Amino acid sequence: MSSLLPLLIAMPLLGAALSLAFIRSRPVQRVISLTCAGATTAISIALLIDVDRNGTEVSSLGGWRSDIAINLVADRFATLMLTISSTMLLAVLVYAMGQRTDDERSRFYHPAYLALIGGVCGAFLAGDLFNLFVWFEVLLIASYVLLTLEGTDGQIRSGTTYVVLNVIESFVLVTGVALIFAATGTLNMAMLPERLAELPDGVRLGLNLLLLIAFGLKAAVFPLYSWLPDSYPAAPSPVSAVFAGLLTKIGVYAIIRTQTLLFPDTNRELLLVIAGLTMVVGVVGAIAQSDMKRILSFHIVSQIGYMIMGVALGGVAAISATIFYMVHHIPVKTSLFLVEGIVEKEAGTSSLSKVSGLARRSGPLAALFLIPAFSLAGLPPFSGFLGKLAVVTEGIDQESWWIVAVALAVSLMTLISMLKIWTGAFWGAPSPTPVPQSVGAAAADDAGDDGEGDGVLRNHGLMAAVTTGVVTLTLAIAVFAGPLYRFCERAAIDATDLRAYAEAVLP
Amino acid sequence: MSVEQAILIGVLAASGTYLVMHRTLTRIILGLGLLGNAVNLLILSSGDGPGEPPIIGREGDFTDPVPQALVLTAIVIGFGVISFLLAMAYRAWTIDGNDDAEDDITDRRLADQPDEETT
Repeated sequence: MSSLLPLLIAMPLLGAALSLAFIRSRPVQRVISLTCAGATTAISIALLIDVDRNGTEVSSLGGWRSDIAINLVADRFATLMLTISSTMLLAVLVYAMGQRTDDERSRFYHPAYLALIGGVCGAFLAGDLFNLFVWFEVLLIASYVLLTLEGTDGQIRSGTTYVVLNVIESFVLVTGVALIFAATGTLNMAMLPERLAELPDGVRLGLNLLLLIAFGLKAAVFPLYSWLPDSYPAAPSPVSAVFAGLLTKIGVYAIIRTQTLLFPDTNRELLLVIAGLTMVVGVVGAIAQSDMKRILSFHIVSQIGYMIMGVALGGVAAISATIFYMVHHIPVKTSLFLVEGIVEKEAGTSSLSKVSGLARRSGPLAALFLIPAFSLAGLPPFSGFLGKLAVVTEGIDQESWWIVAVALAVSLMTLISMLKIWTGAFWGAPSPTPVPQSVGAAAADDAGDDGEGDGVLRNHGLMAAVTTGVVTLTLAIAVFAGPLYRFCERAAIDATDLRAYAEAVLP
Repeated sequence: MSVEQAILIGVLAASGTYLVMHRTLTRIILGLGLLGNAVNLLILSSGDGPGEPPIIGREGDFTDPVPQALVLTAIVIGFGVISFLLAMAYRAWTIDGNDDAEDDITDRRLADQPDEETT
């Protein structure tokens, strides 16, 4: 199975090259993208089953000895994230195709998207720090292109913030990597724990902080979050759906990896404070907004706080809670942005003051919004409740009372701002169908079935089908929470067990 | 790391940081270029024994080849990112005749909100 690991990266990247070669033919590009994204998902699922059965898979590129080679390491944690991410990437790809006119318009959408898939897979599989940086760069550069795809004024403006901040983040990360290399003489994540442990505490703290700042910016934690609500809403909906669902979570993944593997004994009091502040600032920001995309973007920040809280609490139980939280959060957040995309397509805007009464026009669309919204807030039958329950229980076990209080209060405030979207966009009398500014075709379509209830969903068949699929996935996570949580526990053991990791990589 | 190298890295990083603080995207890009060079030099200095060839198996000392491989990769990535930023700066310039980084759009939207609701 380990021979499949390089394929996960090579295939999307080759697909991107091929897609560039067929730049004049949209259908060919679509076939290439679907094939690559589908195959990536299939391989990820196969790997997930295999790794769960047989333990960590390692592939040393070029056949070098694994202590000097570039290693791709797939343990349970990495494959779980790979599976959920590639599924989302595939879903959003289909959704983007269902948009007919809008964002897929640019011929560079497919190559950039495939490069993004390759970067995401690489970042999850990277077995050494420098390659983690390289794959981060690959996915970032792809995301720069996707974010500024249409080159409009707004996209360039918010893209500038995003690109410049991420470039600076890369410099911080490379500095960290260079200093770690200077201090230890290796970047292999299997050899680093031992060598880092020999360093003086001060040096270790400095190195840890450099990595935390770099990944923290990527994950949008408290002092470094301001780029996110500014840039994500400018992107086309399917792009911001995949950014919202995935990119920040890859930052969180890198934080978990470095914290559990490289710096297991750090005092995380500061991180816990940062987690609390991230939750509060995100949700307060969300309440102040009046645009659906912006509210949802601020919620990403707030939700990252819960994951950082799990990391800061530390220990196998807290890490497994965090992993479960991430697995639940990725589809929930993606589906909210997908619903937002349908709303925007239907109403021509995502500003809550201009959209209203969507519930009466389409009940199913309202349901598609409500399920992930309640899940995000953490109401009982949904997956978000289970994720929050796990994280908060761990907080209570470790007697960090104030963070528990903050987490619960923020959860309530999340519900309030979700209700703001609900009352703004879905409740009330239907607004007269405004002519969508961007798409004439959709407006012509739904002028016909204005009176019927489900015209909204039928007009956007493929988009609605994908959204329903993703929402069903979030429900499935709640239904199969038991086995999934046990898997997350095994993944957390994989992520925290230094010796097992080292033994798997270095035979 | 020699003193000269340390001073050079420091000067590059300081002037890069100064330029990045500006509003004009062109200056920010120049600043990022300088910062990138500072970081690249830092990577290079993380290997020991300057002046020796990075070849194993020769008589005598050799330099660690890993930092050189790392720095090559970092240079290529930096080159790509800066080209992209230049394209963005050009695009910003064709749109509105300057390439200033604008105010935070969120703040501005919030400030404009009353107008938005009345219309």
